[in-house]
Amino acid sequence: MLTATALSCVRGERRLFAGLDLAVGPGEWLHVQGENGAGKTSLLRILAGLSPAAEGEVFWQGEPIKVLAEGYRRQLLFLGHHGAVKEELTPLENLTLAAQLDGTALEEMAALKALARFGLRGREDLNVRFLSAGQKRRVLLARLAVRKATLWILDEPFTALDVKAVEMLSGLIVEHVTNGGIAILTSHQAIPLPNGKVLKVGT
Amino acid sequence: MSNNKIINWFKYASPQSFYPVAGRMIPWFWGLAAIFFVVGLYISFFVAPTDFQQGEGYRIIFIHVPAAWMSMFIYLVMAFWAGLGLALNTRLSSMMAQALAPTGAIMAFLSLWTGAWWGKPMWGAWWVWDARLTSALILFFLYIGFIALQAAIDDARRADKAGAILALVGVVNVPIIYFSVKWWNTLHQGASVSLTKAPSMATTMLWGMLIMALAFWMYSIAVALTRVRAIILEREAHTEWVKELPEVKQ
Amino acid sequence: MNAVMAIIRRDLLLAMRRKSEVLTALFFFIIVVSLFPLGIGPETALLRKIAPGILWVAALLATMLGLARLFAPDHADGTLEQMVLAPAPLGLLVTGKIIAHWITTGLPLVLLAPVLGIQFDLDTGALGILVVALLLGTPLLSLIGAIGAALTLGLRGGGVLLSLLVLPLYVPALIFGAGAVEAHISGLGAGGHLSLLAALLALAVFFAPWATTAALRIALE
Repeated sequence: MLTATALSCVRGERRLFAGLDLAVGPGEWLHVQGENGAGKTSLLRILAGLSPAAEGEVFWQGEPIKVLAEGYRRQLLFLGHHGAVKEELTPLENLTLAAQLDGTALEEMAALKALARFGLRGREDLNVRFLSAGQKRRVLLARLAVRKATLWILDEPFTALDVKAVEMLSGLIVEHVTNGGIAILTSHQAIPLPNGKVLKVGT
Repeated sequence: MSNNKIINWFKYASPQSFYPVAGRMIPWFWGLAAIFFVVGLYISFFVAPTDFQQGEGYRIIFIHVPAAWMSMFIYLVMAFWAGLGLALNTRLSSMMAQALAPTGAIMAFLSLWTGAWWGKPMWGAWWVWDARLTSALILFFLYIGFIALQAAIDDARRADKAGAILALVGVVNVPIIYFSVKWWNTLHQGASVSLTKAPSMATTMLWGMLIMALAFWMYSIAVALTRVRAIILEREAHTEWVKELPEVKQ
Repeated sequence: MNAVMAIIRRDLLLAMRRKSEVLTALFFFIIVVSLFPLGIGPETALLRKIAPGILWVAALLATMLGLARLFAPDHADGTLEQMVLAPAPLGLLVTGKIIAHWITTGLPLVLLAPVLGIQFDLDTGALGILVVALLLGTPLLSLIGAIGAALTLGLRGGGVLLSLLVLPLYVPALIFGAGAVEAHISGLGAGGHLSLLAALLALAVFFAPWATTAALRIALE
C-alpha cells in the first residue's frame, strides 16, 4: 500500500501542485495524468524517493519511505525518462548488471528468456548502440519481467514502443497487478488496461 | 507535531522577519566601522612609532594583518552558516553564507595585495613563496571556487546545498593545506624569508592592529547584511510581503 | 558488497569499450611530462631536481581530464537514478565507482611514471619512492576529484569549474607526493611525507564518498 498525504512540489519559484493525496493498494494501478509541465514526473520522483516533497510525506505500508529507506527501495522498481541502458553494453550485459545492482542474481537463462519475450532474440550480444530507439526501450522493459518488485513506478513507459510492444507491456502490467502488485504510471495515450485509478495533476 | 517549537524558532529566523531587522542593524555597524577605522588609522599613522628596522613601510600591516585574519575568519563563519543551512534546511543561513563569500574573497585578495606591497620593500620582491602568502592564495582560490559554483547553479536551493558541501570540504582542508604548505616551505629553506622572525611589536602597534581588525569586522558585518538583504529581495521577489515593501512599491 | 563489485566490473567493462578515453588521459600525461625538458633545456641536474614536481603536476592534470566524465554519462542515461534507488547504500556504490576510476586513470599513471622518471635521470631508489607516493596519492586524487565531479554534475561549463574547485584541494597531495621524492633525493628520507600522504588517504577514504554521495543527491533532486 502506497499512500501520500498533502504533497506539494515547488520547482524554481513555481508551485506545481499542492495538497495532493493518493493511495494505491495491492492489485491496483494508478494513471497519473496532466498536461506537459504539470508535475507528473516530479510527482513520480517524489513517490520514488528521488526528490523530497516541499511539503507532505509518502508512506509505504504506513511507514514514511524516508524511514524505511532500503526496505522501501527493495520493493520498488522505477523507470524514468532515461532508460538507464548503457549504449556500450549488450542487452544481456545491461540486464545482468542492472540485476546485480538491485542486489539479486540473474541467471543467464532467465535474462535470455526475458529478452526473447520482448522480441530481442538474436540481439542479445549486440551493443545497444546499434539498436533502434524502440528496441532500446524494450531492453529496459525486460527488466520489468525479471525484477521482483511490488511497486512499479513507470514514467512514460509506452514512449517509442510499437503496437506489439505496447501490447506486451500492457500484458506485463496486468500480470503484475493481478498478482497483487502495484503500478503507478504516466502516459499521454489512453492506456489499454482495465480498472485503473486516475489522478489528475496540476490546475 | 512535537517539533512545533523548532518550527516557531525557524519562523523567527525567516527571511521575512530578518529583512527589517537587518535593515535596522546595518547603520549601527557602518557607524562602528567608521569610528574604529578613524581611531585605528590614527593610531597606525600617527601614534605607532616608526619601526627601527622596517621604517615607515611596515605601516601596511595595519591593513594587511586584519585583512588576512578576516579572510580566514569569514571562511569559517561562511562554512558554519552554509553547514547550518544544509543540516537544518534554513534558507536564511544559506543566504548568509552566500552573502559572506564575496567579502571573504575581497579580504583574501586585499591581504595578498597588501602583502605584495609590504614584501617589495621588505624582501625586495613582490611575491615570495612564503607559507602564509601561499596559503592565503589558496584560500582565495577556495573562495573563488565557492562563488563560481553558486553562480553556475540556477536553482537557488541546489546552489545553497552544493555550496555548503564545498564550504565544508574546504573547512576540513584549510588546516591541512596550511600545514602542508608550511611543511613544504620549511623543506625548501632559503627560498623565502619567514615572517615569524619579525621583531617584537610595540604595544601601540598591537592596539592599532586590533582596532583595525575590529573596524574590518564591523565593515564585513555591515556589507554582508546589506548583501543578504539584496539576496532576500531577489529570492523572495515573487512573495507578497516583498511586493508590499515600501522600497519595492515605489 | 556484491553490488559494489558489480559497479566496479561494469565501469571497467565500459572503460574497455571506450578505450580511447583512458588512453587519451594516459598520452596526455606522457606528452605533458615530455614537454618540460623541451621548455627548460636538457640539463640533467636541473631535470633531476624538477622531475618529481613535473610528474606530479602532470598526474594531477591527467586525473582532471577523466573526472568530468566520472558521473556525467551515468547522469545522462539515468543510471545514476537507479544507483540512488538500488537497495545498497549509495555511498558504497559511489566508492565502487571511485575505485573503478582509480583503476582506469590512476593505476596506469603509477605504472607509467617510472618509465618517464628514467627520462629525467632519476635513480632506482627515487623511482621506487615515486611509485609508492603515486600509489598512495592517486587514489586521493580520485577521491577528492569525485566530490568536485558530483558538485558540478550537469552544470554549464562544468569541466572548467571542476578544475577550479578541485585543484586547490589537490595542493596537499602535490606537496607531500612530490616532496617525498625530493626528500629522498636530498637524503632526508621520504618516510614522513609518505606517512602523511597515507594519513590524508585514510581521511579521504572516510570523508570523500560521504561528501560525494551528498552532492550527488543534491544534483539529482
